[in-house]
Amino acid sequence: MHPVLKVVLQRLALGFLTLFAVSIIIFSTLSFLPGGYAQNILGQGATPETVAAFNHELGLDRPAPVRYIEWITNAVQGDFGNSYSGTTGNIKRSVSSVIGPRLYNTFFLAAMAAIIAVPVALLLGVLAALYRNSWFDRAVNSLTLTTIATPDFLIAYLLVFFLAVKLRWFSPLSTVSETTPFFEHIYKAILPAATMTLVIVAHMMRMTRASIINLLASPYIEMAQLKGMSKAQVILKHALPNAWAPIATVIAFNMAYLVVGVVITEVVFVYPGIGQLMVDSVSSRDMPIVQACALIFAATYILLNLLADVVAIATNPRLLHPK
Amino acid sequence: MTEFEMKLAQAKKAVGLGKLSRRDFIAFTMASGMTLAASQLMFAQAARAEAKKGGAFKVGCGHGQTTDSLDPATWSNGFTFHFGKSLFAAPLVQVDSKNVAQPHVAESFEPSADAQTWAFKIRKGVTFHDGRTLTPADVVATIQYHIGADSKSPAKSVLSSITEVKADGDNVIFKLKGGNADFPFLLTDYHLGMYPSKDGKIEWEKGIGAGPYVIKNFEPGVRIQAERNPNYFKDTWFDSVEMLALVDEAARTNAYLAGEVHYMNRANTKTIDMLKSAPNTELYNVSGFAHYTAPMHCDTKPFDDVNVRQAIKYAINREELVDKILNGYGSPGNDNPISESMKYSINPQPAYTYDPDKAKSLLKKAGLDGLKVDLSASDAAFAGGVDAALLMADQAKKAGIEINVIKEPNDSYWDNVWLKKPWCLCYWGGRPVADMFLSVSLAADAAWNDTNWKNPRFNELLIAARAELDEKKRADMYAECQQLIHDDGGQIVLMYNNFVGAVSTAIGHNQFNSDFDDDGGYMWERWWMA
Repeated sequence: MHPVLKVVLQRLALGFLTLFAVSIIIFSTLSFLPGGYAQNILGQGATPETVAAFNHELGLDRPAPVRYIEWITNAVQGDFGNSYSGTTGNIKRSVSSVIGPRLYNTFFLAAMAAIIAVPVALLLGVLAALYRNSWFDRAVNSLTLTTIATPDFLIAYLLVFFLAVKLRWFSPLSTVSETTPFFEHIYKAILPAATMTLVIVAHMMRMTRASIINLLASPYIEMAQLKGMSKAQVILKHALPNAWAPIATVIAFNMAYLVVGVVITEVVFVYPGIGQLMVDSVSSRDMPIVQACALIFAATYILLNLLADVVAIATNPRLLHPK
Repeated sequence: MTEFEMKLAQAKKAVGLGKLSRRDFIAFTMASGMTLAASQLMFAQAARAEAKKGGAFKVGCGHGQTTDSLDPATWSNGFTFHFGKSLFAAPLVQVDSKNVAQPHVAESFEPSADAQTWAFKIRKGVTFHDGRTLTPADVVATIQYHIGADSKSPAKSVLSSITEVKADGDNVIFKLKGGNADFPFLLTDYHLGMYPSKDGKIEWEKGIGAGPYVIKNFEPGVRIQAERNPNYFKDTWFDSVEMLALVDEAARTNAYLAGEVHYMNRANTKTIDMLKSAPNTELYNVSGFAHYTAPMHCDTKPFDDVNVRQAIKYAINREELVDKILNGYGSPGNDNPISESMKYSINPQPAYTYDPDKAKSLLKKAGLDGLKVDLSASDAAFAGGVDAALLMADQAKKAGIEINVIKEPNDSYWDNVWLKKPWCLCYWGGRPVADMFLSVSLAADAAWNDTNWKNPRFNELLIAARAELDEKKRADMYAECQQLIHDDGGQIVLMYNNFVGAVSTAIGHNQFNSDFDDDGGYMWERWWMA
């Protein structure tokens, strides 16, 4: 079997096991939390009898293992159940219908940020390595370190204050919906995407720079230099191809962050993404939604890491053709 | 009225109706000797004064969750609060700005002599958004949905006094456990918008009501959009309305400053000056019925001694709390939970002021040299709760009272702390009438009697006053109730918080309601685009 295929299959199988473990952990963690969906909705109106009526309607009066087994059996068949907020009445609110549009929004925003951030980070990283210890290198380093060291909400507020409130180029609200046209969606997502770009560029850029510089001391680079190749050619042709593995890992890590770690950006811009949904669902103990979100987040990490490993193998002939 | 004043009044009215231009109005006023600035201000005021149709009204709301639903039994936050008040559903009764219950879907209501049976005459020709006519049967089904045996509605406890509800011709008859002269107010609860019914069951799933706006789009935790109901049985002004869930304070403020919304509620009083100085802005600042409290369990040591309770009441500097926690947007409490703008309210004497020496002497009377107590606090109780508790601890030190502040988690505060810990912080929203408030929070058998206070005289008076139709006698009874709470109760009313927000001068309105935020929840049908 092709080594890449083998790794992919092994990782996918392990990934499923991980997802299973994640679902058990989330389920039990949630049942340890005090209160419940009924108490949360009823607030001060939570008398024992209304709570009991509520729990009975949601089926929460049954033991936790029974509920878990029922949920996991349906989940493996692709049915994630209904949100507790839409279990009553004749029109159900299924988990997939709640998550679907928000997941799309999250991926949209993540993709937008990644499309800007990854090329910028790579370019800056390569340039910084090329002109290392120059004023350019230092400027790029301090700038990106400043943006990564600034909390994301502060960057977001600064962008809103200057670009939305003062200059009025953008709206401070990114409240997109399913009916928002594609280009308007892009326009509305610019500020959150810019915030996230500023937050993640430093990490990827510095890793690119470091892995290239790391290689510059190798004998084959010296050989290339002695051949009389230009600096840029040495880096692009000889150093960069060997640096892809660590860079891909960092990119994968940041892409995963773009999907799962943007709840603060979502809140500040009122962007209806999945992070806000999960936080809301945890605080209201809407179990089915939390479970589904957790699985999506876990799957994102697993898949992106797998992708990074595949890139690492594919760019390293020694791993690609083992003896 | 002089001739000029009469002409001015006519001119103002014409401006309000849009029949007189700014130029003409200013020419008229300046000709009579007014300055340009004064004339312009007067024009702006006159132009907003007369309600007229049109415009798209946008609101930034400080609440809203992805778990919000159209099921009226699940409404529990400041976003869903609006649904049954005046957005798409219409209640039987509304509260006007003078805190009087006004029939709404009901045309009129009439109590029996003992106020134990109430007949509500249902308005004829009210239609739901899908064209169905609202019938007394729909009203019965809606009420039943909340009070039925398997109900999970928070309104169940509000309506627990109803023993029977039935349709009788054009009327709906309510039978109560005991007399209640204020019963119509119970029906103003925000869960009680009317829904169409089929076979005695209401159909809430599509969000069809009889209210002023028809839902076009509802995205839980994001927004609700609605258009004017052309068949609404009363006047309503906006062509369309939209409410956005802007939970983040800064996002809400920015949205207002950038002109994305006309009105934002729950402004942060720390940054209020920024809003005040924003162009075309009117500060929404209404002192309401809501208050922050620190309930002590009167049946738990050391709070079972009235001297200890009073000592603690004197050991707290409420003025300072108002200044530091509410930044002045509120008023100090005097351990009377009935707000001064409510009917039957008194200001019990002697007022609790900060008096450490008096607190010390009261402790001595209780046979104590000093006191060490735990206070459970959290920002879930009210914004700034933990800060308030720390401030109280500092103030009480001078009176020889050592308050140990325990910071409780925000999550599940209402499940595990409130009603369970002997002393904690709490928040009470408004109730439009004294009886409603006292019955839910201080009656001996109330589920939310968070002080475990069981004063026989108070409970006797409460029941007697509820059924009393003689105004004078009733006022006396409520006065005595308030004095008892003040002297003997375990409820420390720390402060009354104002409802603070910002409303654009593009919006016209009349006097605001003080019972709840957002003009009592009636802004949708009472405000207009000026």
